[in-house]
Amino acid sequence: MSVPRSPRVVVLAGGLSHERDVSLRSGRRVAEALRSAGVEVSVHDVDADLVPALSDLRPDLVWPLLHGASGEDGSVRDVVQLLGLRLLGTGPRASRVAWSKPIAKTVVARAGLSTPEFVTLPQSLFRELGAGRVLDAVVARLGLPLVVKPSRGGSALGVNLVTAADDLPRAMVDCFAYSDTALIERAVTGTEVAVSVVDTGDGPVALPAVEIVTEGPYDYDARYNPGRVEYFTPARLSADAASAVGEVAVAAHRALGLERLSRTDLIVGDDGTPWFLEVNVAPGMTETSLLPQAAEGAGHNLGDLYRSLVLASLA
Amino acid sequence: MTSQPVPPRETSGGHPTSSAAGTRLDPWLTSYAERTHGMRSSEIRALFAVANRPEVVSLAGGMPFLEGLPLDVLGDIAQRVVATRGLQALQYGSGQGDETLREQILDLMRLEGIEAHPDDVVVTTGSQQALDLVTRIFIDPGDVVVAEAPSYVGALGVFRAYQADVAHVPIDADGLVPEALESTLASLAAAGRTVKLLYTVPNFHNPAGVSMSEERRPRVLEIARRYGVLVVEDNPYGLLGFDSEPRDAIRSLDEDGVVYLGSFSKTFAPGYRVGWVVAPHAVREKLVLASESAILCPSNASQIAISTYLSTCDWRGQIKSYREQYRERRDAMISALAEHLPEASWNVPAGGFYTWVRLPDGLDAKDMLPRAVTARVAYVPGTAFYFDGSGSEHLRLSFCYPTPERIREGVRRLAGVVAGEKELVELFGTSAGAASDVVHAPGPDVA
Repeated sequence: MSVPRSPRVVVLAGGLSHERDVSLRSGRRVAEALRSAGVEVSVHDVDADLVPALSDLRPDLVWPLLHGASGEDGSVRDVVQLLGLRLLGTGPRASRVAWSKPIAKTVVARAGLSTPEFVTLPQSLFRELGAGRVLDAVVARLGLPLVVKPSRGGSALGVNLVTAADDLPRAMVDCFAYSDTALIERAVTGTEVAVSVVDTGDGPVALPAVEIVTEGPYDYDARYNPGRVEYFTPARLSADAASAVGEVAVAAHRALGLERLSRTDLIVGDDGTPWFLEVNVAPGMTETSLLPQAAEGAGHNLGDLYRSLVLASLA
Repeated sequence: MTSQPVPPRETSGGHPTSSAAGTRLDPWLTSYAERTHGMRSSEIRALFAVANRPEVVSLAGGMPFLEGLPLDVLGDIAQRVVATRGLQALQYGSGQGDETLREQILDLMRLEGIEAHPDDVVVTTGSQQALDLVTRIFIDPGDVVVAEAPSYVGALGVFRAYQADVAHVPIDADGLVPEALESTLASLAAAGRTVKLLYTVPNFHNPAGVSMSEERRPRVLEIARRYGVLVVEDNPYGLLGFDSEPRDAIRSLDEDGVVYLGSFSKTFAPGYRVGWVVAPHAVREKLVLASESAILCPSNASQIAISTYLSTCDWRGQIKSYREQYRERRDAMISALAEHLPEASWNVPAGGFYTWVRLPDGLDAKDMLPRAVTARVAYVPGTAFYFDGSGSEHLRLSFCYPTPERIREGVRRLAGVVAGEKELVELFGTSAGAASDVVHAPGPDVA
């Protein structure tokens, strides 16, 4: 298929997930940047009008910037492909794998990457086996501190660091408010970094790691209300560690079959080990998000970079 | 001057940002006023982003049922206002507000026993601005505002913005409890605290749905007077009683000790953003000056449109029709609660927009909200209505906006959410947490 001279792009943003607000902001930022780079773009919510609108518009490309639920679990991507339209980013099948944090961790571990030891426990299991017994076994096996997070979802919603066993039940309740399955992993101390990967046609390339230093937890407020987090781009890592985290992010991107862009969240342990935590197929693109920071840190103009991603997806 | 200038963030191109200095993505971080520091972005507000989608039954918002308005007539008025009085309507106007409208406001307030002069009235951008102005001219950081427990989230936000402390006083089915008010004021006085304002929503309280009894009104006033505390009477819902005539306002009992806030937002339409404040003359002077410095003048176009509506349309009939619609919705909500959530408790409001629900023991309304959003129903957790973020065992349900059928469906969904949460809490042996995160800015959705 030839690349249209002036491609028409539909950005999907909003949706019905807990991260609707973040998605709307991401969508607007990307649309703005693309327009500044001369790309014709419209933003569309995921609602009952979407299918007729896409069938009507027949855009050259659909860029899903939906965070959470149907946006990242592959289902909206499936629909886009069903309509015979092209997608920017990871296809439905790989999205489905990456969207599930435990499955993604298993895949990257098989590819030889380090990821903190974890268990995945659905709410129903606690009901069947008794919560206290299961949690005791978790602490006995993984120790403390632990991180409890919903097996799916982003923006740190429902995520808690647990340092005392007594706090674990409370963290489980928080987590199950967002998802019916919890991922409990051993907390790793070290430098928290996010590595974005982009592929503008020459294969996946890691952007500089962004280091996140937070006063208090890197929670919803810290992420979207500037002030409590200090970002360092590139991260203050040794040259070896910096290239190692880049390699891990690219390796995860490849192992999971991701396309065009992704963001991997890692912790560089005190011994220098890069620990894979999770990957995002629709990384945040808001003014405080990590991928745009990394891209600007690498000297990219965001509009030009996003346009390159569009063109590469159409090539 | 900042002691440590923060380099502006690089926006594009050029060299990679130096790794020596990080960025907090806000070059003005060290410049903010003290009162800005505590502001937090809350996931509750993020969750409300979903509440406006049609799939979600929103029992959260205090939005009037505008489909009950004669929109064609209002369209004609808007057209006429610009076509025939455009040079006035689109121009700056009086800081105190349009005189004709102020006279008409007196007619409205007479329904609640208030006798005043047009000069006593200051028109504001919604009564929310009136609240802001009153707080601005009276509150120094650390001063105390006494308010009902719970209290309107938008008022708490204003008090917080001016660095007031809020002392909550319990209410019961007859509103603010005078004995509790007395003891609160006494202990604040004993502690050497300066109490400036008593903030009350006496009719069809937001969020609690109750009204202050007629018997209590003079008692509350007398106690406030004795302690030298100005009463701020916020009354957006007074004309929206379902079964009875409006009660006399506290302001009708005392011209000097009460500042009265009124609004067209609930009895007509919030989009015009027109409210008002009636204050003793010296206070009024300061309110006008404060308002002029804040906004120069309220919107002339909105004021003239409302004034024309009041003089040419049957606004009493409109309020009556609203009352009937809201009564039907209230009935739908109460019967749905009885059917689906018998283990919770709630009050049956005799007017207004809200009912205040107490969850079964051990449940936390804020923790439960993500699950509710997943189930496509929204409400406001009780924590929003307490200055210290307590109140997690309560939630506010609004019946003003959805149709009775949607209200029943919303409550049915909510019951499923409560059942799920109950199971979870029993499973893990946890119960409602201590004070939750404070909601710092209400957002119009929860007003």
